[in-house]
Amino acid sequence: MQAIVCIKQVPDTTEVKIDPEKGTLIREGVPSIINPFDTYAIEEALRLREKFGGKVTVITMGPPQALSALKEAVAMGADEAILLSDQAFAGADTWATSYTLAAAIRKIGSFDLIFCGRQAIDGDTGQVGPGVATQLQINQLTYVCRISNLDFDQKKIEVERLVEEGKEVVQSSLPCLITVVKDINQPRYPTILGIRRSQKIQIPVWTANDLEVNRDYLGLNGSPTRVVKIETPPPRQGKGQIIQAESIEQQVAILAEKLIAEKIIV
Amino acid sequence: MALLKVDRETCTGCGLCLQVCPFGALTLDNENIIVASEACNGCGACVPECPSGSLSLPEPGKKPEINTKDYSGVWVWVEQCDGKAASISWEMIGQGRRLADTRGADLTACVLGYQTEAIAQEAMAYGADRVMVVDDPTLKIYRTDPYARCLVELVKQYRPEIFLLGASTRGRDLAGAVATYLYTGLTADCTGLEIEEGSNLLLQIRPAFGGNIMATIKCPDYRPQMATVRHHVFEMPQSDKSRQGQVIQGKPVMPEEEIATKVLDLIVEKNEVNIADAKIIVSGGRGVKGPEGFGIIHELADVLGGAVGASRAAVDSGWISYAHQVGQTGRTVRPDLYIACGISGAIQHQAGMRTSKIIVAINKDPEAPIFQIADYGIVGDLFAVVPALTKALKKRLNK
Ligand SMILES: Cc1cc2nc3c(=O)[nH]c(=O)nc-3n(C[C@H](O)[C@H](O)[C@H](O)COP(=O)(O)OP(=O)(O)OC[C@H]3O[C@@H](n4cnc5c(N)ncnc54)[C@H](O)[C@@H]3O)c2cc1C
Ligand SMILES: Nc1ncnc2c1ncn2[C@@H]1O[C@H](COP(=O)(O)O)[C@@H](O)[C@H]1O
Repeated sequence: MQAIVCIKQVPDTTEVKIDPEKGTLIREGVPSIINPFDTYAIEEALRLREKFGGKVTVITMGPPQALSALKEAVAMGADEAILLSDQAFAGADTWATSYTLAAAIRKIGSFDLIFCGRQAIDGDTGQVGPGVATQLQINQLTYVCRISNLDFDQKKIEVERLVEEGKEVVQSSLPCLITVVKDINQPRYPTILGIRRSQKIQIPVWTANDLEVNRDYLGLNGSPTRVVKIETPPPRQGKGQIIQAESIEQQVAILAEKLIAEKIIV
Repeated sequence: MALLKVDRETCTGCGLCLQVCPFGALTLDNENIIVASEACNGCGACVPECPSGSLSLPEPGKKPEINTKDYSGVWVWVEQCDGKAASISWEMIGQGRRLADTRGADLTACVLGYQTEAIAQEAMAYGADRVMVVDDPTLKIYRTDPYARCLVELVKQYRPEIFLLGASTRGRDLAGAVATYLYTGLTADCTGLEIEEGSNLLLQIRPAFGGNIMATIKCPDYRPQMATVRHHVFEMPQSDKSRQGQVIQGKPVMPEEEIATKVLDLIVEKNEVNIADAKIIVSGGRGVKGPEGFGIIHELADVLGGAVGASRAAVDSGWISYAHQVGQTGRTVRPDLYIACGISGAIQHQAGMRTSKIIVAINKDPEAPIFQIADYGIVGDLFAVVPALTKALKKRLNK
C-alpha cells in the first residue's frame, strides 16, 4: 500500500492572541504545530501500512520551517517526507495549493490512497482535499470516520462518512483521496526510535522547477481569491448585566423575570 | 516565503507598517530596515501606509481568458437528502435573493436529485426566480462526481456571476470539487456577503485563525464568485407559496457505469440531538466536571423545552457526545436563548453561538470572557445556580 499524507504546519490558534490596541495578531511565541486534524491522517496511513505493508510519504507545501512538521511526522513513523518550498508558491489560496500538491503527488507517482485532514485550523476551509482529488481526477471521500473495508486486489474501499444525518456508508474505487475527522483514531506519539530517525533523515525540498506546472497557476499569481482586508471581529454587543442580589434564589428569580420579559420563555 | 518586497534603499525604518500588519509579520532588522517574516501572507495592508513607497507586492501575472462581463445572476445549490431539502439551502436562497436584488439580477436555484418537483416549488416560494432541475436516478443520493460534473456543465452553459452553497458536509465536498474544475475562487464559511459599491464584486467576509480575525476576500478576475456559508449564520427567509417562477430541465452528465462511488447505507443516528434547530439551548462546559454534572443541565433544558449543548472541553473529556458540541468545530447555533454553564467562552466556542439572541452566562470566574458577550450573567457556582434557576422557572411557568 502506497499512501501519501498531506500535512500543513499551522500556528496553534488557541495560543494566538490579539493585540487589543492595534487589533492585530500577536504571533510571537505562538508555537507552530502540525494541523491537529492532519495527525489523524498520518495515524490512519500508519495503521494501514502496519496491516498491509507498503510506504507512507508525507508532504507539505510551506516555508522552510515546515521541515519541522515533516520531521515530527517521520518521528511518528512516516517512511518518507518531501517539502515543497519555493518563493513561487507563496501566497497560494486553496486553488493554487491544491494545484501544487497535485503536481507533487504526480511526481511521486504511484499511490493507492491520499490522506488529508478535514480542515486546517488556520484557514478552516477544508477545500484543499477536494481540490487535490479533483486536480488528480480521482475520487474523494470526505469526513471519513472509519475505513471499514479495503481490498487492494479488487481496488475497492468502503468507508463511513460523518454527515449531518448520521453516518453514510460509501464504497469507492482505488486510488482515492480521503479526508479524516478525529473520530477515526487516536494518533500515536513519536517514539524514541522515530525521533532518532527524524533527526537523521534527509528531507528533499522540491521547488517549482522540480514540478511539471504552469507557473501562472502557482502562489499568489495563480490564486483566484484575494484577501483585501483583515480586521478583528467586533465584539458581540451583549447587555452585559451581571445580576447581583442577596441570595442565589433572588438572583435566579430576577433572571427568570428578565427572560420572561424578553418574551423568550413562555 | 514572505511575499512582501521591501526596497532597502528607500525604507527609512519609520515603523508605520509595523502598526498595521494584522499578522505581526514585520520587524526591523539590525540596520533599522523592515523585514517580512514567513507570517506575511501578502494581504497588502501595509503597502499604502508606507510614506516612502518602499513596500510592494508582486504584480499579478496573466489571468485566464474570461470576460467577467459575460457572467450574471446569482445561483444557489439546493441540497436534498431523501427527497427533503436541507434548511441551510433556504438560508442561502434568502442571501441569494438579497444579492441578486442588489445586482438587479435573477436568482436561480439548482436542484439535483430524483423526483424533486416539490423541492423546486419550495425554492420558488422562498425566493428563486427560476429553478434549474436535473432529475435523474443517478442523482438520487448525493455523490461528488455526478453532482460536481453536472453543476460544472451548467455553470459553463449559463455563466452565473455568484454561486452560493451551504457549508454542510455535502456542500463543502461539492464546492471544493466544482471550484477546482472551473478554476475559480471559493471562500469557505462566510459570515457576511456584500456587494462592493463601484466594482460590484462580492465581498466575502469570514473568520480565520480560529475566529481571532475576520478576513474580507474577493475574487476579482475569475467567475463565478463562489462561497459557502454555515448553517444558521443567516436567517431563514419567509416562504410565499404564491410566488411563481420558471423551471428549466437540465441533463445529468455521468451515466451510472462511470460513477465509481456507491452509497451503500445511511445510518441515521437515533435520537440524534438537533441542537442546530433548537430555540433554547442550555450548554455545559468543563465547569460541569463530569457526565453526572450534565444531569442538572438536562433538567434546566427540559423545563425550558430546550436542547443540551456543550463546549469542546466537555466533549473531549467524553462527558457528552460530539453531536452536542457548539463552536468552530461543532455546530453553529442561533437560538433565542443560549445559557452557558461553566463555559469560559473561548473564541472557538463563541464562533458557534455568538449570533444567539440572548446569551446567559453562569460561571464562577467573573473574568471569564463569556461575560463580555453575555446579556445576563450570574457569577457563582453552577451546581447551586443551575438547580435554583430550574426551580424558579418551574414555579414561574407552573410546571
Ligand atoms: C481548532 C480548534 C477548534 C476548536 N473548536 C471548538 C468548538 O467547536 N467548540 C468549543 O467549545 N471549543 C472549541 N475549541 C476549544 C476552545 O479553545 C476551548 O478550549 C474550549 O471551548 C473550552 O471549553 P470550556 O469553556 O468548557 O472549558 P474552560 O475554558 O476550562 O472553562 C471552564 C469554565 O468553567 C468555570 N467553572 C468551573 N467550575 C465551575 C462551577 N462549579 N460553577 C461555575 N463555573 C465553573 C470556570 O470558571 C471556567 O470559566 C477549539 C479549539 C481549537 C484549537
Ligand atoms: N500547504 C499545505 N501542504 C500540505 N497539505 C495541505 C496544505 N494546506 C492544506 N493541506 C491539506 O488539506 C487539508 C485541508 O486544509 P484546508 O483546505 O486549508 O482547510 C489539511 O488538513 C491538509 O491535509
